[in-house]
Amino acid sequence: MADSLIGQGIRRVEDPVLLTGRGLFVDDVHRPGMLHAHFLRSDFAHGIIGSIDASAARAHPGVVAVYTADDLGDYWAKGPLLVPPPPIEGLVFNEATAGPLARGKVRHVGEPLAMVIAESRYVAEDAAAHIVVDVEPLPAVVDIERSLDPEAPLIHEELGTNLAARVGQSKGDYAAAAGGAHLVVKRRFTYDRGVSGAMENRGIVADWDPVSEKLTVWDTTQAPIPIRNGLARLLGLMESQVRVVAPFIGGGFGPKIMMFYPEEVLVPWIAMKLGRPVKWIEDRQESFFSTTQERGQVHEAELAVDAEGRILGVRDVFIHDTGAYDPYGLTVPINAQCTLLGPYEVPSYESEFTVVFTNKTTVTPVRGAGRQHGVFVMERLLDFAAAELGIDRVEIRRRNYVPAGSFPFNHKVLFQDFADLVYDSGDYLPALDRAVEMIGYEDFVKGGQAAARAEGRHLGMGVVSYVEGTGIGPYEGARVTVEPSGIVRVATGVGTQGQGHFTTFAQLVGDVLGVGVDRIRVTTGDTGEFNWGTGTFASRGIVVAGNACWEAARMVRAKVLALASKRWGVAESELELVDGSVRVAGDPGRSMELGRLAVEANPLRGAVTPGMEPGLEATAYFGPASGATASGVHAMIVEVDPDTAMVEILKYVVVHDCGEVVNPVIVEGQIHGGVAHGIGNAFYEQLVYDDDGQLLNASFMDYLIPTATDVPSIETAHVVTPSPLNPLGVKGVGEAGSIPTGAAFAQAVQDALGSGAPDVCEIPLSPNRLWEIMEVAARSGARPGHAEGGAS
Amino acid sequence: MIPGEFEYHAPSTVDEAVALLDRLGDEAKILAGGHSLVPAMRFRLAQPAHLVDINGIDDLAYLREEGDHLAIGAMTRESALEHSDLVARRYPMLADAGHVIADPLVRNRGTVGGNLAHADPANDHPAVMLAYGATLVAQGPGGRREIAVDDFFTGLFESAMAANEILVEIRVPAPGAGNGEAYEKFERKVGDYAISAAAVRLTMSGNTCTAARVGLTNVSAVPMRSAGAEAAMAGKELTEEVIEAAGQAAAGECDPSADLRGSEAYKRDVTRVLVKRAIRKAMARAQGGAA
Repeated sequence: MADSLIGQGIRRVEDPVLLTGRGLFVDDVHRPGMLHAHFLRSDFAHGIIGSIDASAARAHPGVVAVYTADDLGDYWAKGPLLVPPPPIEGLVFNEATAGPLARGKVRHVGEPLAMVIAESRYVAEDAAAHIVVDVEPLPAVVDIERSLDPEAPLIHEELGTNLAARVGQSKGDYAAAAGGAHLVVKRRFTYDRGVSGAMENRGIVADWDPVSEKLTVWDTTQAPIPIRNGLARLLGLMESQVRVVAPFIGGGFGPKIMMFYPEEVLVPWIAMKLGRPVKWIEDRQESFFSTTQERGQVHEAELAVDAEGRILGVRDVFIHDTGAYDPYGLTVPINAQCTLLGPYEVPSYESEFTVVFTNKTTVTPVRGAGRQHGVFVMERLLDFAAAELGIDRVEIRRRNYVPAGSFPFNHKVLFQDFADLVYDSGDYLPALDRAVEMIGYEDFVKGGQAAARAEGRHLGMGVVSYVEGTGIGPYEGARVTVEPSGIVRVATGVGTQGQGHFTTFAQLVGDVLGVGVDRIRVTTGDTGEFNWGTGTFASRGIVVAGNACWEAARMVRAKVLALASKRWGVAESELELVDGSVRVAGDPGRSMELGRLAVEANPLRGAVTPGMEPGLEATAYFGPASGATASGVHAMIVEVDPDTAMVEILKYVVVHDCGEVVNPVIVEGQIHGGVAHGIGNAFYEQLVYDDDGQLLNASFMDYLIPTATDVPSIETAHVVTPSPLNPLGVKGVGEAGSIPTGAAFAQAVQDALGSGAPDVCEIPLSPNRLWEIMEVAARSGARPGHAEGGAS
Repeated sequence: MIPGEFEYHAPSTVDEAVALLDRLGDEAKILAGGHSLVPAMRFRLAQPAHLVDINGIDDLAYLREEGDHLAIGAMTRESALEHSDLVARRYPMLADAGHVIADPLVRNRGTVGGNLAHADPANDHPAVMLAYGATLVAQGPGGRREIAVDDFFTGLFESAMAANEILVEIRVPAPGAGNGEAYEKFERKVGDYAISAAAVRLTMSGNTCTAARVGLTNVSAVPMRSAGAEAAMAGKELTEEVIEAAGQAAAGECDPSADLRGSEAYKRDVTRVLVKRAIRKAMARAQGGAA
C-alpha cells in the first residue's frame, strides 16, 4: 500500500487552471443575445420614496426594460429570514427583511431602487442617470448606541422600535462570584465595521431556455443548492428545471451566502420574462454599499477573578449593529456571546446583547462571524486582570484553560446551531507552550524587550488563545463515480471560493481508492451535478462535505472489493487497491484497472445481481451531531514607531488545532489568509460613515486592505486533537486565522506602549488613533516624550 | 463605475494635441498615465466630453542632463525614475520619490508630467519639484514658455497652465557643491496617499546650511513650500535644535485637513517628524554618507 494521501502537503490541483487564466468565473460567462443589468441605488441612507420616473430611461436607445418596485407586481416580496432565532427563554426578535427593490422607504445607501436592462452595461448605466427619483430624506440612525434613543427616527415603522433583538444567557451566579472576587476588572470595548473585501465582487448570469424549459444560473454564491431551491419556488418551476452553477469564485468570506440578494431574485426572473440571458456584475463601489458587511459591537464587560487569577465569572452586556435589516437572525451576536468563553473554564456567565437597526448596509457573517469580538473582550479582560494582579499574561491563561481530560466539555449556553456549546475535544496547554517557545516569549520578557527599549525601539508582544466552533450540520453529500477511463469523478454540493476543495476532497477519495489526485476530478457547486446540501460556511467544508466524500469513496471501495473478490474467487482481505487498480496482494497477474472493472460492473448483457447497483458509483451523506471545536494560540511581536505611531509586525506565530490535517499546505494557506484578514480588521480597515449615513470610504482608494507587503511571514505549527464527531477526526480551519488577530494585536501594541499608556480596548487601531493614545501617555509622563525630538 | 460618453482623440504630435485643446477648450482633458483621471471618470466625478490621449506622441519621454539641469520629458513614466542610474546618482530625492509613488503597477503607467499637471497636493512630485526649484515647460498655440514651479500651483487641482497648453518638460537644477536632498514619505500602506511627506534640498558647507528648500505633500490645499523650515535652517549649523525648529516650523506652517488618514494635529506632528528625517538624510547625503 502506498503512503496515505491524507496528511500530504500536495500542491493544489486547481492552481494550473487558475494561474493560466482558464478558470471560469461568472463574468466569463457570455451567452448569445445576452442583456446587461444595472441597478440604480439610493443616494440616501434613510428617506421616503416619493416617486420614481423612469420614462426617460425607458426611452434611452438600447434600453430594453426598466423596473421599479411597482413594476414587479406580485413578484415583489420580502426576503426570507434565513436563520430563525434560537429557543432561548425571554428572547425578543423583530424580523425585518428587504424586498428586491425598495418600496416606500430606503433604509441604507445603496439599497436598489430600479433595475435597468440594456444591450450593454454602458447603456444601462447611462440610462440610469436619467431616472428621476424623488426621495424625502429622513434623519439617519448611524451610531449604534443612539439607535434606541427615544428621539431616534424609526427605521421600520411597523415594528415601532429600532430594537432588532434582545437575548440574555447566563449560567451560575455571577453576582455572587463578583461579590466574592479578589478583583473585578471592567472595561468598555468597541469593534468596528469592515467589508469582506473579496477579490471578485458578486455577479449573476441567468439564461432561460424556452425549448427545454430550463433555467441556468451562474452565481457567485456560497450556497448554490439553496439558491436553486429558492429560485424554483419563487419562479414557480420544478427544482429540476433550475440549474445553479457556482463556478470558481474569487473569495466568499460569508457575504456570498446571504440569500437572497435582490439581484439574485431579479436577474433570473427578468431573463425568463424577456426570454434573453441577462448578466449583472457588481462593481466595487456597489459592493461597498450592497454586499453585506461585518459588524460593529460595543461591549461593557467585566471579569471576576480570585487572587491567583482564576476566573470566577464574566459579565458582558453588548450592542450589536445589524444594519438596515436582519435576515441572518442572531448568528453573529450569538457567536460573539458564546465564543467569548474561549478555552477557559468560566463558572458563572451573565451575557446580554441588544441588536439594533441602523441606516447602514445589512450585517451578516463575515469570516469569524462575531467570534473575534468575544475573543477580543475575553482576552483583553485577562490581560488587564493579569496586569493588575502582577501575574504573567501567559500564566493567567494557563491557569484557566479547560483541562485536557474534561472533554467533551459543556459550557451550558446555547450556540448558533441551537445546541449546547459543547467542545468535542481539545488540548490547550501544548499549543500555548509551543507558541510561547516559537515566539521567544521568555527571552523577550526577560531582556529582549528592555534591550530594544534602551535603543529607543518600542517592541511589544501579544499572546492570545481562542476556540472556534466549526463544521456544523445539517449535512452535505457527495457522489463518487469511477469512469471507464479510470478517472474518478467526485461531485459535491458545496460551493468553493478558494478553499482548495478540489485538492483535499481528491486526497480523501484517492486515499480510499488508491488513485492519485491527478486522476480525480472534483466538481463543486453545480446543482446539475449534485443537488442535495447546503453550502460553504462556518468552516464546515472539510468536516461535512469532506466526510461525505470519504464515505462515498468507501462505498465504492466496498463495491470494488466485492466484485473483485467474486471475479477472482479470493477473500476481500487478500485484495488491495493501488495505482488505480484492484489486485490480489502479491499476485501481479491478478490485477485490474478500476476503469475496466467499472465497465464490467455496467454490463450490456446478462443481469446485474440483485442488491448490486450498476457501475462503480456511490452517494453518501454526512451530518455531524454538533460542531467540532478548533482552537489555537496566536502570538506576535510588533514594533511601534514612537514618532509616527506606525506599527510593524515583526513576527507572527500560529499554533493551531484543527484535528486531523488532510493537507498541511492548504491548512496553512487558510491560516495565512485569515491572519491577513485579521490584520486588516485590526490595523487597516474601517468603514467610516458620516452622521447622514454616507459611507466616506467606498473605494480601495480610501478603504485600506492589507496586501502582500503588509502581511508578515507567518510561522505555523499544529496540535492535533481529533474530533470524535466525524470519522476523519477533522475540524474546520477557514475562519481560524482571523479570529484572535485583533486581540493579539491590541495586547502587543499595549505592551509596546509600556506602562502608563491608556488601555487599548478598541479595534481597529489606526496610526492616528495610536498616536492619540500615545499623546495621552506622553502627557502623563509615562513614556519618553516624542515632542522633545530626540531620536525622531 | 463606467465613464460617461466621451470622444477620444489620439494626436501624434504636440502641435496637433495643442490644436485639439485649443479647439475643444474646457470640454477636453489630456490623458497621460490616466491614473488620476480615469478613476475620476469611472466615478463620474469627471465627465469630459473629449479625451486627448498624448501617449502616441513620440519624444516626450526622456531623462537627460542638459547643461545646468536634468530635463525630464513630461511623458516619462514614474518607473523610469526608479530605474535610472543617472537619477540614482545625481538626484537621490527624485529617486526616493520614484520608489514610493503609488505602487509598481501605477508607476509603470503614471507619468511625471501628469503627476504635476494634475496639481494634486497629495501627489509626490509637486513637493519634490518645489524643493528642487524646478522649471516647468508648457507648450501652447503660441509656442513654449517656462513656468517657475513656485508659480505653477495656483489652487487645488489648478495650475498656471492654460486649457490649451500641454506640460512638455520639467527641468531640475543640477546639484551643486554641498548638495544634499531627500524625500521622506509616510503612508499607511504601499499605494496609499501620503499622510504627509517632506522633500528637502540643502546646500551644505561643512555643518552649515547655506541654502534650503522644503516642499510638503498632502498637508495643504495647494502644494506648498515651508518657508519657515527653510528660514530656520538657512545660514545655520544644523544642530538637533535647528532641525527640530525646522520641523516645528513646517508643522506650524502647513494646513492639513482632518480626514480618514488622520486628524489635523496628527498630520502636523507627522510633518514635523518627516521634515526632520528628510533633513538628516539630506545632510548625510551632502556629507557623502550612505544614507
